[in-house]
Amino acid sequence: MSNAKKMRRNQRIGFAFLYAAATLTIVVILTIVLYIFIKGAPYISWEFLTSAPEGNGTEGGIFPMIVNTVLLVGLTLLFVTPVGIGAAIYMTEYAKQGFWVKLIRQATENLSAIPSIIFGLFGFIFFGKVLGLGWSLLNGALTAAIVVLPLIVRTAEEAILSVPQIYREGSLALGASRWQTIRKVVLPAATPGILSGVVLSIGRVVGETAALLFTLGSADRMATSVMDSARSLSLHVYILAHDGIGFDQVYATSTVLIVVVLILNLSAVFLTRKRRGQ
Amino acid sequence: MKIKATRKNKSEGFYQGLFFLTASISVLAVGLITVMIFYNAWPAFREIGLWDLLSGNKWTPTASNPLFGLLPMIVGSMVITLLALVIGLPIGIATSIFLAELAKGKFAAVLRRSVEMLAAVPSVVYGFVGLTLVVPFVQRLGGTGLSILSAGIILGVMILPTMISVYEVSLRAVPSEFKEGSLALGASHWQTIGRVLIPASRSGLLTAIALSIGRAVGETMAVILVAGNIPLIPDSILDPARTLTVNIIMEMGYVEPGSLHYSALFATGAILFVFIMFINIGVQLITRKAVKK
Amino acid sequence: MKKIKMGKTLMAMVLVLSLSLLFTACGNTDEETGDSDTTEQTKITIVGSTSVGPHMDALTKMYNDSVDGSISFTVEQVGSGQGIQAVSDGSADIGMSSRELKEDEGPMEEFQLCTDGISIIVNSANPVEDITMEQLKAIYMGEITNWSELGGEDAEINLYTRESTSGTRGAFEELVLGKDANDEQIVIDETICAAVQNSNGQLGQGVESDPYAIGYLSMGLVENYSIKTLSIDGVEATTENIENGSYVLSRPFLLLTLTTPEGNVSDFLNWLISNADAREYLEENGFIV
Repeated sequence: MSNAKKMRRNQRIGFAFLYAAATLTIVVILTIVLYIFIKGAPYISWEFLTSAPEGNGTEGGIFPMIVNTVLLVGLTLLFVTPVGIGAAIYMTEYAKQGFWVKLIRQATENLSAIPSIIFGLFGFIFFGKVLGLGWSLLNGALTAAIVVLPLIVRTAEEAILSVPQIYREGSLALGASRWQTIRKVVLPAATPGILSGVVLSIGRVVGETAALLFTLGSADRMATSVMDSARSLSLHVYILAHDGIGFDQVYATSTVLIVVVLILNLSAVFLTRKRRGQ
Repeated sequence: MKIKATRKNKSEGFYQGLFFLTASISVLAVGLITVMIFYNAWPAFREIGLWDLLSGNKWTPTASNPLFGLLPMIVGSMVITLLALVIGLPIGIATSIFLAELAKGKFAAVLRRSVEMLAAVPSVVYGFVGLTLVVPFVQRLGGTGLSILSAGIILGVMILPTMISVYEVSLRAVPSEFKEGSLALGASHWQTIGRVLIPASRSGLLTAIALSIGRAVGETMAVILVAGNIPLIPDSILDPARTLTVNIIMEMGYVEPGSLHYSALFATGAILFVFIMFINIGVQLITRKAVKK
Repeated sequence: MKKIKMGKTLMAMVLVLSLSLLFTACGNTDEETGDSDTTEQTKITIVGSTSVGPHMDALTKMYNDSVDGSISFTVEQVGSGQGIQAVSDGSADIGMSSRELKEDEGPMEEFQLCTDGISIIVNSANPVEDITMEQLKAIYMGEITNWSELGGEDAEINLYTRESTSGTRGAFEELVLGKDANDEQIVIDETICAAVQNSNGQLGQGVESDPYAIGYLSMGLVENYSIKTLSIDGVEATTENIENGSYVLSRPFLLLTLTTPEGNVSDFLNWLISNADAREYLEENGFIV
């Protein structure tokens, strides 16, 4: 066989393999997702979404868990967005590229690699017992905040770095101070990117289980204070699956979860694309 | 990128200090977590000894003469992660290449949406699907179905979005001149992929692999439902196994501070922690070397 | 500039949401304390057994309905061991345990909620109906390994067990395995088991789907799974047989407090132990009161 023929044959084989892999990926994913949707969608109704669970979660709805999840996300963002954005601002706008910045960057990298069960252990012991927060929304939010902190810092940093230098120079040339420049020029320009990071973090928090199991608590009522134990949607799935009861509810809740996180992830992508289109 | 502060130096200083504080919180958090883990693990290291802890193959914390050997869990974590990589890497790499180089039209769109959907599935749902779909299937091959194979399959699927999202980006980031040059020299598209693109995106591949390993080793919820959780070094992939993460969550219940069992749990966490840090730092070093070349 | 405004509004909404959360928090923080001496206490934290837990949830709701009260109960089902620990270190007001306290645990106040049996469960397709106590012990010690030795199929017995800190497991070990030559409690050797399950539910499910499985489960939960219960030495696993003493595998569900309970905690405990509706609920769910 001539060289050219060999090349073409190899390419055909190679491409066939790639197509096969891609097809396999789609098949596997659709199997999993459709399995959950098909088993879960029939149980999702307006009542399901707005009523409380009964019979240990084998019947009823998931409304309290939805509320708890929203509260958890809100509280977590309250803690993590100022800290994360502040850290990003420091590293990009203020700091000299020296020891401190390297340390902070390394710390953030390390934080992002830590498995969520270790965050859970930390939250359980430190926030729960040492600080006395027990099983509560506050504990869960603080723990979740540490979990997503690296994500916020990284995306905020990227967003700020991608603001064209000209913007800054123009602002300074007009006589603004560094902080004024950051506040009025850099941050607004970086907002879509930062927002996409925030949205991704929300997705992460909503799907988190191991870090929240021993910190957030498992009360299936709506939390009325930050010190209340508050089961989130992911925890509800785990607790039901774990107890081996209420499978319909598990599928239904899983469906809701996937849809919510999917919407969040897609919004993040949308926001990033908008920024690039700038 | 640094702006020289020209006026209003006092409030500048305030803001700089403020942001420095927020930046330090990352450091504080990592520091606190590290300290807490190693401080609480220390009694276990001291009384049991690091060697016995790492190489002991019996984990019997509630026996009258308790033994705390982590070897079965270390092996469990490694084997399950390895299996996940064996299952997930080839498909992930191939799909990434496909998306970067070959994909067009509707098929590509469906593929992308699918990967996005997979990324949206929370880990506990993976575990549950594993329990209802994968375990019965593996059971037909032998054993109870609660096994390394089941865990490996699920984790293999779970790491796909991570792999694909990172590796595809780095494939696309290879300068187009490389590709065009190769094609101009008469190489086929396939040859270009294999001999130019893949080597050029090596560091991206390593990062993707590292992230996938991190994800697999750190996974708890999906594994605990399907792996059987027996603290015994496995003989075959149909055997059950326990990972370091599951060891922690399973007995986090009996946290009587001061007891050796409590300390051994933290020691499990410490070893997990160190293991992941090694991988992380190792990959960072390799990536830096590759970039410098 | 539109997208920046949208972004800002979104962020503003998130901040407003979180701030309003904080305000509710401030409004409520005076009420909660983990201190069981406060008679004003309206938040009670109950931690412990996964066997007792599901029913505690229902009972707290019944209590609130019956006394028209608004006590905020939190029930965390994380295992008997942790329940006992949480009472010791003060992070729980009431602990739930599905086994007796060990010698090195406590001292603390104990109240028996009810008695629960431990059922020996096998897959519904398993032909074996009865087992002797000696055989049961031999199985869980790894001495009998094939179902044919018990009159069943020629297949390896797959042992299912709970995690080491489980109260149900602790009770099982105490009642079935007993003590060894040094008078030390014998524990299940996990390395001879097929699976260590983290909850009653997981264990029930495992036995449900494995034709060669054997396991132990809280009697009150057996009906949730399509499994079969073995009789021991000819005695069926029923609540009546526990009451008349012929079925020996039973353990108390204990409610634990660190010191003598007062106020709302005391009221609740008294209600649990003496109220007719509570007792009826427990009986209906397969417990012995």
